[in-house]
Amino acid sequence: MKKIEAIIRPERLTQTIKGLKNIGITGFTVSQVVGRGKQKDTQGVYRGKNYKVTLHPKVKLEIVLSDYMVKRTIQAIIASAHTGEDGDGKIFVHPILEAYNIRTGETDFDIDDLVNKEN
Amino acid sequence: MELVYLNTVWIVIAAAMVLFMEGGFGLLEAGFVRTKNAVNVTMKIFVDLTIGALAFWIIGFGIMYGKDTFGFIGTSLFGNPEHIALSIELPSAAFVLFQMGFALACISIVSGAVAERMSFKAYIVTAASISIIVYPLSGHWIWSNGGWLAGLGMKDFAGSAAIHALGGFVAFAMAKLLGPRKGRFNSDGSANVFAPSNIPLASAGAFILWFGWFGFNAGSTLDASNTSLASIALNTMLAGASGGTAALFLTLKKFGKADPSMTINGVLSGLVAITAGCAFVSQWSAIIIGAVSGIIVILATLLLDKIKVDDPVGAVAVHGFNGVFGTIAVGLFDIKEGLFTTGDSSLLFVQFLGAATVVVWGLAGGAIIAKICEKTVGFRASEREEEEGLDMSYHGIPAYNELERFADLPASLYNFEESTGISVAPHGEKEIVREIG
Repeated sequence: MKKIEAIIRPERLTQTIKGLKNIGITGFTVSQVVGRGKQKDTQGVYRGKNYKVTLHPKVKLEIVLSDYMVKRTIQAIIASAHTGEDGDGKIFVHPILEAYNIRTGETDFDIDDLVNKEN
Repeated sequence: MELVYLNTVWIVIAAAMVLFMEGGFGLLEAGFVRTKNAVNVTMKIFVDLTIGALAFWIIGFGIMYGKDTFGFIGTSLFGNPEHIALSIELPSAAFVLFQMGFALACISIVSGAVAERMSFKAYIVTAASISIIVYPLSGHWIWSNGGWLAGLGMKDFAGSAAIHALGGFVAFAMAKLLGPRKGRFNSDGSANVFAPSNIPLASAGAFILWFGWFGFNAGSTLDASNTSLASIALNTMLAGASGGTAALFLTLKKFGKADPSMTINGVLSGLVAITAGCAFVSQWSAIIIGAVSGIIVILATLLLDKIKVDDPVGAVAVHGFNGVFGTIAVGLFDIKEGLFTTGDSSLLFVQFLGAATVVVWGLAGGAIIAKICEKTVGFRASEREEEEGLDMSYHGIPAYNELERFADLPASLYNFEESTGISVAPHGEKEIVREIG
């Protein structure tokens, strides 16, 4: 079981969610984050003074899924979040030890089995 | 002699109330658009209040109220509108200020419909064009002594046609030519909802507009000794209330929830629709006019989605459709000449003609302005500007800064390789998993 953490452009979020849905992934967590990598600072101006926005607004998707799903999920995210310019974001993959469902109290070694059991 | 003092005070206050409506437009739009464009819509209202106001004072007023030529256009008073000879007991400066408020309201109607995707420079051209020629020309036809629609007996007390229908259909033409915001419509024709930034803020805008509307309608008497002033204000209140009531109940029935943005627009629709007839209809008629407009606004909003015209704040549905309806409603409900009250249809015919003329001129004017913008400063924001948000692209500052994201850090603090020339990343083999398409 793995957790995929993808930090992407906010304007690509809808497209990315559609891309994930196309490969059958419908459950994830999204948060608004700011941060920086290689993307150039945005030039701002306030009261006649130039300033730089050094932390860019991004959204973070967190998806926990079975190992066999990881590669195609990453491919789907890249395909839909990619623009080719600095600031497209990053994807990190973490190992996950256990998963529980709060409503049913069930646990499983595999999150997808947990989800499938319900249906 | 005392009357002129009273009139002066009343009309200057009414003019200030009408100008305060710009604040209402600003907050309404800032609340309805996405967070990344809230500064831009506010700045557009400042363009109305600054460039639009000067343009109207210097040129627009002369076209509207100058010496009449063929019932078509005014040709004097350029640069000194105060020289207008009024037949009422009112200093002409008060009249000029009041009329200026009307012109700015007309521009602001357009600003909402083109929000979130229009180039800022194009908006400056738009505001100036509307203020200089588009609004004053049809205003001349309807309100000036020699205007041809006025000559036919058209009744438009405070401007359902002259301001709202005109602004609404200029807005329609420009929104249509601009095209929808990116991602607004899906390939199957369905519309996506874009999250409005702040509903209470939009509501505050509606409250300010509602307040200003009393100056708008009751001030149009231009006479503080006119006792119908009170019934005009009451009609205004009743129509706004019934417009909101109709919209609230209809959304509750149609969508299962009382929709705040539709309720706000329902109230505004009632106010728009009663603007032409507030001095001519009974209180029950005002309620009926308001209620019908509250239904029209919802149907018109759905219609615009269907024909894929993207109007982020509903300006076309509120001002365009209900401006036309309000103008025609005078022909139906007018106490002295209305079809329902007297059985005489001659006024109704004139109102129809007036409304149709304004719609055609609005569409043509909007299309011409769009063309001028395209040829000069560019009409639509670039895709990159639109995605980043017009706030940062055009004004350099976001609307809301919950998190401090600005810094004057030296580049070396975070861009080690570029500032030192030392490479830290090992250049081994890279696996590329990317599959784009």
